[in-house]
Amino acid sequence: MINLSWQAPASLAIILFALGLIGLITRRNLIFVILSIEVMLNAVALLFIVAGMRWGHPDGQVMFIFILNLAGGELALGLVLLLRLRARITTLDGDSANILRES
Amino acid sequence: MGNIIWIIPAAPLIGSILLGLFGARWSNRWSGFIGTLSIVISALLSVAIAVHWFQDPPVDEHMRIMLWRWISLPEYSSYIEFYLDPVSLIMMLVISVIGLLIHIFSTEYMAGEAGYSRFFAYLNLFVASMLLLVLANDLLVLFVGWEGVGVCSYLLVGFWFHKAANGYAARKSFVVTRIADVAMLVGILLLSNALGTVSIQPMLAKAALLWPHGGIMAAAGAALLLIGGLGKSAQFPFQTWLPDAMAGPTPVSALIHAATMVTAGMYLVIRLYPLFALVPSVLTVIAVGAVITILTASLTALVQRDIKRVLAYSTVAQIGYMFLALGVGAWSAAMFHFLTHAVFKALLFLSAGAIAMRLHHEQDIFRMGGLRQKLSVVFWAFLIGSASLAALPVVSAGAFSKEMILASLWESPGLGKWLWLAALFGAVLTATYIFRVVFLVFFGEVKTEPTGHYGVRIVVPLVLLAIAASTIGWLEMPKFMASSSVFSSFLEPVLGHPATESTLPHWVTAAGYIAPLLGVVIGFGLYRSGYWVRTAGPVGQGNDGGQAERSMGEGVRRFMRAGFGFDFLYDRLLVQPFLWLVKILRNDPIDAIFMSAAAAAMRFHGALRRSQIGQLRRYAGMLALGSMAVIVIMVFA
Repeated sequence: MINLSWQAPASLAIILFALGLIGLITRRNLIFVILSIEVMLNAVALLFIVAGMRWGHPDGQVMFIFILNLAGGELALGLVLLLRLRARITTLDGDSANILRES
Repeated sequence: MGNIIWIIPAAPLIGSILLGLFGARWSNRWSGFIGTLSIVISALLSVAIAVHWFQDPPVDEHMRIMLWRWISLPEYSSYIEFYLDPVSLIMMLVISVIGLLIHIFSTEYMAGEAGYSRFFAYLNLFVASMLLLVLANDLLVLFVGWEGVGVCSYLLVGFWFHKAANGYAARKSFVVTRIADVAMLVGILLLSNALGTVSIQPMLAKAALLWPHGGIMAAAGAALLLIGGLGKSAQFPFQTWLPDAMAGPTPVSALIHAATMVTAGMYLVIRLYPLFALVPSVLTVIAVGAVITILTASLTALVQRDIKRVLAYSTVAQIGYMFLALGVGAWSAAMFHFLTHAVFKALLFLSAGAIAMRLHHEQDIFRMGGLRQKLSVVFWAFLIGSASLAALPVVSAGAFSKEMILASLWESPGLGKWLWLAALFGAVLTATYIFRVVFLVFFGEVKTEPTGHYGVRIVVPLVLLAIAASTIGWLEMPKFMASSSVFSSFLEPVLGHPATESTLPHWVTAAGYIAPLLGVVIGFGLYRSGYWVRTAGPVGQGNDGGQAERSMGEGVRRFMRAGFGFDFLYDRLLVQPFLWLVKILRNDPIDAIFMSAAAAAMRFHGALRRSQIGQLRRYAGMLALGSMAVIVIMVFA
């Protein structure tokens, strides 16, 4: 078993999170927005595993399972909302989904 | 006999309720019938009780009829209770009998007017309240009646409310008397607080027992109640409301603003006279105020164009005479003048109404003239009323009552002689101004041709009142004439023996009789020389300033015509500042302080709302920035 230091996967997680965040802010297509959110979730999940590894504790892996579940649920709900939205505004452009505004 | 007394005020009350509920659906004939019937019941019962009283006076010369307990508190209770003694008996008789005659007159006078049943509902309610006022044995119950007549006065003055001026007059009469009533209510509360009861007889006994002669508490209580009385009786300085109250129908002026309601102030003082007798200073104030009232009102009456305003000012002046008598402690003289005044002033007002009926509601005396032959019934009625008002000797009722007041003024110590002189001068003025009206209206050439004719319901009240106005004075005659003292001996158990002695110098008595004759002569002289017509003043009332003539005399007359500028003074002193305050408070400056907090919140809300643009990416970025800021703060701080 390779003796892996915890810094490298933690850095990977931070990079993934940053990528996800950038994707969330810059992409207009709502599919990609959801993808970005998934990337961020997975980055956080990875960070939990790294933390579990660093302190030799199984709770990090338990949290990973939880987050997977959460991500699955969130994705399902998000996609449903996306479909409903698309039926209404006939586009997947997030910026045009501002019809709740007063003016 | 006593146990049916509650019907007397209850009958008009029921009548007014019935008329108020169903009057609009009834025919005028039926409304008039119901309205009059209720007063007939009251009048018949009053007369029956009076006759019974004369035949068989009750023990101690009074009756107390308890109906039920009204307010029950520890250490305080108030009862709905009627108290009948000679004073309230006379008041009750006058109110119900004269009220009946005026109701009969009204059924014809108001024929064809809109709101016929409404008129009778108000009038019945008035009679009920007035009877409650005079019969009450408790100041609180009296106050209920007091306010009841005030409300009815307001409603009836503003009876033709489609004209804005009438509404203004109604509000004025209501507000002015209400100001006085506040003082009266404070007085009642003061008495109840100090003496533990406002039931009149126990309260007076307690006051006489506890309070020293001229004590400060007695003075405060008496003065506060007096203010209420002055307001209701339109005495100086509250006299301004009564002339404007003439905006109401003429029978209303006859009943409310001449015969009954405006004398309530006098009744209040007489009812509580042991309290007033404790404080001579208050009595002096009453007398001096009465002199001011008599002189200003008489002079104002001298220059009015409107017949009803002449009569209104004469009412103010005659009630001034009653208060003058009260001021020197001549209680029975005041009551006697009340009785004769109620009769002859009701007669004068009804005559004025009868004239107006035939002259297309003309009230300007300079547009009347020569009505002596055309309206002979009214001429004689008005002449008898005027003679009584002017106090022409022997032939009129007013002479005896005014003579009684003058005699008691002469005999009273202190200011007495001066008061007598002022009252005598007032008597000359009275005769002058009323005979000015008589000459202008009934003599000379015809200016407005009368139309129509009188029905029996107009003539009968006039004739009955005219007979009463010339004969009722014989109830009480001076000693040298017939030595009749039915009236004062009737009142003696309540008010004590009048102090009139036969020590009056002959020339004093003679002066009292000559003064009215002199007034009539002056009135006639100035009529013959055309002075009255020359100084008629501009058409319409008050100071419209349209007159080109700017002479000194005209200036004085204009000042007098406007009631010595009291209206102007009160307008500047009270009404204008009040309206100014209203204008400021209209926008609620206190509320603005609290509303400014709300306005700031609204502006903040507007600023924040502009950041909510509905762009998902912007929100996400903000969220990320915020989270980072929180992390940075948590890590480095």
